[in-house]
Amino acid sequence: MKPTTLRRAALPFLAVTAGLLLPAVPAAAAPTSPTPSPGAVTVTKAGTSFLTATGISAGQPVKVAASTGDYLYWSFPASAGETNSITITVTLPSAGARHGAATWTVDVFDGLRRRQACTAGAQTPSVGKDDPRVALGCTLRTVRPWAEPWSGDPLPGTYYVRLSTTELPEQDLGLPVQVEMLVSTVDDGGTALEDGKLKAPLVPAVEPGSVLTGAAAAPGATPSPGASGQPGLAAGEDEGWFDGWFDGWFDGFSSRWIWTSVGGILAAVAGVVGFALTRRPRRLTPR
Amino acid sequence: MIILRRSIGVLLGLMAALVLPGTPPAIAGEPGELGAEPPKVELVLDVSGSMRANDINGRSRISVAQQAFREVVDALPDETHLGIRVLGATYPGDDKEKGCQDTQQIVPVGPVDREQAKGAIAGLRPTGFTPVGLALRGAAQDLGTGGTTRRIVLITDGEDTCAPPDPCEVARELAAQGTHLVVDTLGLAPDEKVRKQLVCIAAATGGSYTAAQSVEQLTDRIKQLVDRAKDTYTRTPAIVAGGGECAKAPLLTPGVYTDRERFSEHRWYRIAVRPDQELRASVSVGLDRPLNRDYGVLLRATATDGRELVRGTDAGSGRTDVLSAGLRWSATDPEEQVDEETTDDEEPPPTPTVCLVVSNSFSASGPVDAQTPGMPVELTIDVVERSPAPNSPGLGKGWLLLGVLTVAGLITGLLAGWLTRWWVATWRENS
Repeated sequence: MKPTTLRRAALPFLAVTAGLLLPAVPAAAAPTSPTPSPGAVTVTKAGTSFLTATGISAGQPVKVAASTGDYLYWSFPASAGETNSITITVTLPSAGARHGAATWTVDVFDGLRRRQACTAGAQTPSVGKDDPRVALGCTLRTVRPWAEPWSGDPLPGTYYVRLSTTELPEQDLGLPVQVEMLVSTVDDGGTALEDGKLKAPLVPAVEPGSVLTGAAAAPGATPSPGASGQPGLAAGEDEGWFDGWFDGWFDGFSSRWIWTSVGGILAAVAGVVGFALTRRPRRLTPR
Repeated sequence: MIILRRSIGVLLGLMAALVLPGTPPAIAGEPGELGAEPPKVELVLDVSGSMRANDINGRSRISVAQQAFREVVDALPDETHLGIRVLGATYPGDDKEKGCQDTQQIVPVGPVDREQAKGAIAGLRPTGFTPVGLALRGAAQDLGTGGTTRRIVLITDGEDTCAPPDPCEVARELAAQGTHLVVDTLGLAPDEKVRKQLVCIAAATGGSYTAAQSVEQLTDRIKQLVDRAKDTYTRTPAIVAGGGECAKAPLLTPGVYTDRERFSEHRWYRIAVRPDQELRASVSVGLDRPLNRDYGVLLRATATDGRELVRGTDAGSGRTDVLSAGLRWSATDPEEQVDEETTDDEEPPPTPTVCLVVSNSFSASGPVDAQTPGMPVELTIDVVERSPAPNSPGLGKGWLLLGVLTVAGLITGLLAGWLTRWWVATWRENS
């Protein structure tokens, strides 16, 4: 191989490498107001409890008529790496029909009905007697792929949104309001996710359970698989031929193996390129 | 050269494969299949004398209600079973005892004959008293018992003139009977007393309250409520009675349960969780009565010996419908536990049970024995595969890693190249 040709080949290679490395800098997200996904069907319903929450998906606009004092529930799915934010606008009854200030609240719960913190947004705005509408918002934490069972971190699964009025003059109950909501998702690809995976997303059971009695209730009875359709692992079930071989240091195949291997290959190639760059250019050979 | 170029191509392909984002898992919880039972809803209409008043945009309350009913019957989904009950429709006299028994079902709960139903509605004339409590009891009987949610839509303009029974207490009693019953209330030109009563009835059963101000609003609202009956009726939770201590607690399988809990009461449940499984539980306590301002709910998982494993808690103040808490728990080191137990005998080890206890810090002014039945508790249990802690020691990830490795490789190559040149040069000079 002639050094000149090698050097010529090395330049595009370096350029390509640089191009690949560039995405390491996360692109600053432009602060735009959330818009519904094109073609999304508007949801015109809302549930009234956790069990009856109306399922929606991110980007799907919601427009529903309701009464002040109603508790409105929706649920949406979220997966790891997503940051969801909820924007709600409530058009209030005319000022003449109202008797005073009110406080509106949007609460977000995960699949286990655990309250989720909002990192930004007006979660509990107060409105004066004459305000025509109230805007609520809640930006959730980024959904993590795994967390210890004892932690309250956001995990993949179902999320519940509850819109309610926490404080209002008693006379104002039952007046008509118009609610508009949108759940938008930012899939933050720039942030490296932690390792680990939740075996079953936090999707709550919805079917009625049954109480075990008599012989079935004796110790040792095998519980049936999860009601949310996530079958439990049968006892003694083999996970794979390598199961147990590398316990302690090999935790199955993860993307880290690919990243590290590719890094090694890149280093080796860069080493060869670097070595070739130091060759003294010989006199140009006549063609 | 060709080899190098080809290897770069392979490399690029590999990188592209890495960059492509993984498709997110489909995790939307689909509702269960429709049960065999049809959705059932009953409209309860007040036809007492006060319905004659002309104060809804110049129209009488009864004519507004009649028009709304006609439109609702026309728009009724085919699968919905609708019944109509009236109160105060027949007895015109002054005898309170007689007037307060005056409630009849004019359309039985079942597939609706639209013409017959509309005829029955058209014939209603505002007449008598307002026995709301009795009408609610009657409506609950009309709807019958069964595994699905029943909805009552109560439309009235005046407060109950026949208490006792107090309609709000009747609603609470009906909700506690086991059948999942929701009462939505609609007030026609309501005054303060009526509003308070209707709000109380709605809150006691997890329903909603609306003040109707126009015929369009009334119609839309009833349609919405009837539709809601269709959407929600399949998911009635199983009824369970939690024990006073762990040893006597009922053993639950994954699913949804309802129970009742009084103030400061502890309710225990047991769940079998194998070492390779994870327990997930959540609880919601409904605020179905007037309460003191601040409150809390606590869900704890304990081992059978009373050791606390994990807790979920939430507290709040002010107006809300339910207060919820949830928890996840799995054994810390399943392998060890299993090994220990299997070495002794061939039998599989007994499935360990975990105790769950639900407690609350609700309070209200007034006597405590007035707090029966307890507040509604909704318990969700799930047992799923355990998610072990991630473990990939010594391996890296990310674009920065690739960059560092590449630069390090390049520097090493350059250094090696210069060293080789220097060494070759000195070797030539010396030779």
